[in-house]
Amino acid sequence: MLDNNQLLRFTTAGSVDDGKSTLIGRLLYDSKSIFEDQLEAIENTSKKKGHEGVDLALFTDGLRDEREQGITIDVAYRYFTTPKRKFIIADTPGHIQYTRNMVTGASTANVATILIDARHGVIEQTKRHAFIASLLQIPHIIVCVNKMDLVDFSEEVFNNIVSEFEEVSSKMLVKDVRFIPMSALLGDNVVNKSENMPWYQGAPMLHTLETMHISSDINKVDARFPVQTVIRPQRDGFIDYRGYAGRVASGILRTGDEVTVMPSGFTSKVKSINLHDKELEEAYAPMSVSITLEDDIDISRGDMIVRSNNKPEPSQDIEVMLCWLNNSAAKPRAKYTIKHTSNDQKAMIKEVVYKYDINTLERNSDDTDLAMNDIAKVKIRTTKPLMIDAYRENRTTGSIILVDDATNETVAAGMIV
Amino acid sequence: MSKYYLNYLDELESEAIFVLREVWAQFENPVILFSGGKDSILVTHLAKKAFYPAKIPFPLMHVDTGHNFPETIEFRDNIIKELGAQLIVGSVQESIDEGRVAEEKGKNATRNALQITTLLDAIEANKIDCAIGGGRRDEEKARAKERFFSHRDDFGQWDPKNQRPELWNIFNGKHFEGEHFRAFPISNWTEMDVWNYIKRENIAIPSLYFAHEREVVWRQDSWIPNSEFLVLEDHEEIVTKKIRFRTLGDITITGGVESNADTLEKIAAEVAGMRNTERGNRSDDKRSESAMEDRKRQGYF
Repeated sequence: MLDNNQLLRFTTAGSVDDGKSTLIGRLLYDSKSIFEDQLEAIENTSKKKGHEGVDLALFTDGLRDEREQGITIDVAYRYFTTPKRKFIIADTPGHIQYTRNMVTGASTANVATILIDARHGVIEQTKRHAFIASLLQIPHIIVCVNKMDLVDFSEEVFNNIVSEFEEVSSKMLVKDVRFIPMSALLGDNVVNKSENMPWYQGAPMLHTLETMHISSDINKVDARFPVQTVIRPQRDGFIDYRGYAGRVASGILRTGDEVTVMPSGFTSKVKSINLHDKELEEAYAPMSVSITLEDDIDISRGDMIVRSNNKPEPSQDIEVMLCWLNNSAAKPRAKYTIKHTSNDQKAMIKEVVYKYDINTLERNSDDTDLAMNDIAKVKIRTTKPLMIDAYRENRTTGSIILVDDATNETVAAGMIV
Repeated sequence: MSKYYLNYLDELESEAIFVLREVWAQFENPVILFSGGKDSILVTHLAKKAFYPAKIPFPLMHVDTGHNFPETIEFRDNIIKELGAQLIVGSVQESIDEGRVAEEKGKNATRNALQITTLLDAIEANKIDCAIGGGRRDEEKARAKERFFSHRDDFGQWDPKNQRPELWNIFNGKHFEGEHFRAFPISNWTEMDVWNYIKRENIAIPSLYFAHEREVVWRQDSWIPNSEFLVLEDHEEIVTKKIRFRTLGDITITGGVESNADTLEKIAAEVAGMRNTERGNRSDDKRSESAMEDRKRQGYF
């Protein structure tokens, strides 16, 4: 069993040839997480393609089109475990036209790793990825200054990149940033400490991931319990059982807590918290449990159970940072289905306040068309109030998606301001 | 004072339960695809937890290739009885008899690909709008691309280049009549996680997973079990070996490994030391580099 046995989710970002796939391959290879038959398969493909040695990057591209073009199109998930932690890697594409997939992979991450090619330093793509990571409030960022072997493992090059990045990130909302000089190709500072860079006093990447404090990444203050479904067993021994099934979005709920059901406003007390046949004293994020209350109240999917002394804001007018994900552009004043926790409503984009120029990161309030991969601040009006929190306080109750009723596709993702 | 964070198994469990409840809330007619293998047994166990004390609110559906291990069918029937669940069976043999599919020819013929038609027919006949599967992203590189809620068009096809973005934990199961979804609650579990959890929860699994004496033949780098469907080549010989199966598929294509692991503890220890992937012994995946992707595009589970 694992020592600290937590689950850490991280995402990789970087522009096309920064060596993301090689880094993941190296991480898996050096931590002995690649199986022999997988290695054999990529050895064969490497040979067929005429590569010298094993191309570790081949390990990650799962689709035929990706292997043919040598690029990542959609997010792929990889797993590895060390004696300390279990890791989920969301391997996301670097191409700008797949920004939406990067957002997909990053939305649940504890850590964003941003790769920089040491020869090129901080480029636009770096800024864009740092910007998206900060928008998504990914709690930790590791800047991997890669390909150090191609700049003679120079401390000066590394230090310059660190200060360049710090200047950029000072304008963003990033809290925890670490820098690691590495060569994913040769394995320097990925799993093993580099002998080529004795000037670097920090830990290699894997050790950093293994020891990073992530318990505080989830909001443990504001108790929020969106109801997914109601459990009515109608069977012997449980005739009167009425359980509200859901996953604690944030905070802690205990039996005996005074709670309010939103949006109806009825109050009651938590009678029991159940997980299967076990009764629990308390439940905290992200536990999936069932809750029963002292009083019979009409509660259904979409309602939210919260502690009476700490309620979210019910609102029909919400401001969000919206990332447009769909090929077809946003239709002005068109109606969409908005999904927020377990609640669905109809909504309309009332106004595009400003759009970010993703290259310069400047705000532009003249151009208000929303096309694929655009990021903008918008005002949305919903038909009924949603129980919202600001995204920076709460990633679960602060996020929404928009669904186009004509196609049923998810067209946008939003973070409540 | 508790530490207020979940260990990885509890977090995976909580995520899977969340997904199962979303399926129930968002679809009219979901089923669990049940093959009798450890992953579908795990999903069924998690569904039991998700809706307790109510019964699992959806039927189990088995796509029966007709080339089963007898132990699997026995296990299936027992679990259905124990859960009081409804069982839907889609029969590949019937699809063959009706001329919907043709049996493969040649010495490596399997009924694996034939399942696609039977599965899609059963989905259509039973008006199923979401089929919950035990697919895991660590199994295979095409599976690593799979979403929790995976859209299938009205031909049952998966389009890996046009998947719905899936953000945070907000799942969009909206679909048109005739389309359906596949849902994968244990996407983020690895083979090792599955075994650690089965051990922790002491979940019953078919005897095939435990080391036992069995008649087998050495073929394609693994021990293929003797059965009425096995056609021996001249140079091949049936021997009795102590083996266990790491994954269960059709009896014709599932290779066993030599092992002494006859308890859950020993299995978990053995799996931890394995140097080959679980599907390494599945000859259907060895056919080409994109064998799984190609099958999935057509509607394979």
